[in-house]
Amino acid sequence: MTLEFLVASAIGVLVAGGIYMALRGRTFQVVLGLTLFSYAVNLFLFASGRLTVNRPPIWSKDIVEYADPLPQALVLTAIVITFGMTAFAVVLALRSFLESGSDQVDGDPCESGLNDNLPSDDSGGERP
Amino acid sequence: MSLIAHLASAPVVIPALAAPIALLVMRRRHGLGVGISLASCTAMVVAALVLLAASADGTIRTYEIGSWPAPFGIVLVVDRLSAIMLTLAASLSLLAMVHGVLTRADRKGWHFHPLFQFQMLGLNGAFLTGDLFNLFVFFEVLLIASYGLMLHGQGPARLKAGVQYVIVNIVGSSLFLIALGLLYALTGTLNMADMGLRVAAIGPEDQGLLRVAALLLVSVFALKAALVPLHLWLPRTYAVSTPAVAALFALMTKVGVYSIIRVVPQVFGDNAGAAAWAPAPYLLPAAIVTAVIGFAGVFVARSLSGQAAYAVIGSTGTLMIAVAAWQVDALGAALYYLVHSTIAGAALFLVADVVARRRASFVDKASPGPLFAQRQTVGLLFMAAAIAATGLPPLSGFIGKLLILEAVADAPWWGWAWGAILATTLIGVIGFARTGSAIFWKEAAPTDGAEPSSIKRADMIAPVAAIALLAALSIGAGWATAYANAAAAQVFDPAAGVRAVLGEG
Repeated sequence: MTLEFLVASAIGVLVAGGIYMALRGRTFQVVLGLTLFSYAVNLFLFASGRLTVNRPPIWSKDIVEYADPLPQALVLTAIVITFGMTAFAVVLALRSFLESGSDQVDGDPCESGLNDNLPSDDSGGERP
Repeated sequence: MSLIAHLASAPVVIPALAAPIALLVMRRRHGLGVGISLASCTAMVVAALVLLAASADGTIRTYEIGSWPAPFGIVLVVDRLSAIMLTLAASLSLLAMVHGVLTRADRKGWHFHPLFQFQMLGLNGAFLTGDLFNLFVFFEVLLIASYGLMLHGQGPARLKAGVQYVIVNIVGSSLFLIALGLLYALTGTLNMADMGLRVAAIGPEDQGLLRVAALLLVSVFALKAALVPLHLWLPRTYAVSTPAVAALFALMTKVGVYSIIRVVPQVFGDNAGAAAWAPAPYLLPAAIVTAVIGFAGVFVARSLSGQAAYAVIGSTGTLMIAVAAWQVDALGAALYYLVHSTIAGAALFLVADVVARRRASFVDKASPGPLFAQRQTVGLLFMAAAIAATGLPPLSGFIGKLLILEAVADAPWWGWAWGAILATTLIGVIGFARTGSAIFWKEAAPTDGAEPSSIKRADMIAPVAAIALLAALSIGAGWATAYANAAAAQVFDPAAGVRAVLGEG
């Protein structure tokens, strides 16, 4: 088992799980799916600089092989951005649930007893 | 560096400074914050006009951020196409901002002005950057600001549409990153000009990957441009947004179109081997279907803002038909129509707001309501906006559509393009005539006693200004089309861009 195979299959499994969850109907599952998907994307970006082990990330004249530092910078940027976006999506999903009384992505009311813990559906939910 | 060289960074720097300052002063002195925001929009218009004039002679200006030389640092590139888009964005932002302030829509939430400026930062940056990863970053800036702006004013309808809008765009951003990762792995660069050179050196074994990257990247841009089948997020999102915001959003789909125009000829152009023009065969059918679906939506929508949202989709489709020809004269026509259709879409959203504010509980629904104030003036305004959106004479949409029809007449698929454009125009005209006659000609007794809150004529300033811009665009059509054609010629000459960005060596 090579390193490439491990990383590639990890990315594949994450993408598959992420897409499956993102296609579900309820916002929390969708957010989880997007998170898995963005992990996969970050790993993929990281791998785009080729997988190297024990190489310095800085170029110097007497070093022949070095790890590409740029994908690491890209991944950092991507992690920060997707983290912010995910946090926003979580807050928005929560807010939308409290306001409309439904946590379905398409906005339809839930089918069975999922809203029992809400104060009242008609008033749009009382927020603290 | 001369002043004009530094001016290339002004469209990014101005809103980047204005946004935090507005955020800081808004809390105590609302008027000062509004002033800063308006001043920033005006300054962007001035900077964009100077860049437009300076780029007219065909020079491509580059600005290396932090003086890091390209392709290692991030470079901003101003050519004719960027200058057109910057001018359009700045003018539209001023219109939307004025409307937002005059209708007091900016007071419905805390952070309208800072978010608006951040939105402009993202838009201007996307139009300026010459680096693909930086394009992604500016896309994220404009997206996160647009989430906030879209939700401005709140309410269940906005939150519901907002959840879908945010989720769709997060998926889009992830796909964007995958495409970027692929391209970086293949070419070892993120600078667009450099990438355009290096795709030529990719071996035959990697051509498949390059094709995948090209198609992924273009589908992300198509998602932003709301091309069928990736258009489903747009109608609800735009129709429920605050009108001043929706007017600015009319530009957002054009960011996707701009990115396609920018990236495909430069990176996936003639020297990209097997991946050359890989996305081209898919774009034309998508564009034709988009035009049909968009204007069919105009026909079916039951409210003015819904119609405006579908008109944005339809006009993007019409525009992409011309872009998909990948010819200089067709692209020139497309650029002229791009400017026109963006302003026309914005004008429709603004007129919808003017109507909605006068009809109390009937808002902008296409059903007869009681008589309302300034009905004739508003009716004329609606007619002008509808004429612009469908492309009838005398406004510039007619010239744009005529140029597009003429430019694609030589293509083997001209019958499809002509059929789609002419049929959708007819459908659009009937759709607007239907809603217009229901709102302005028929009368119904009020169902409840709700009276519209005090109406000032001031809310008609921005829509009138938008129509005036369109009139100016038709009067100055000779100059505008010459500029658009020159911009198109520049797009199809990537070598000049490479020389400007990477130097002669």
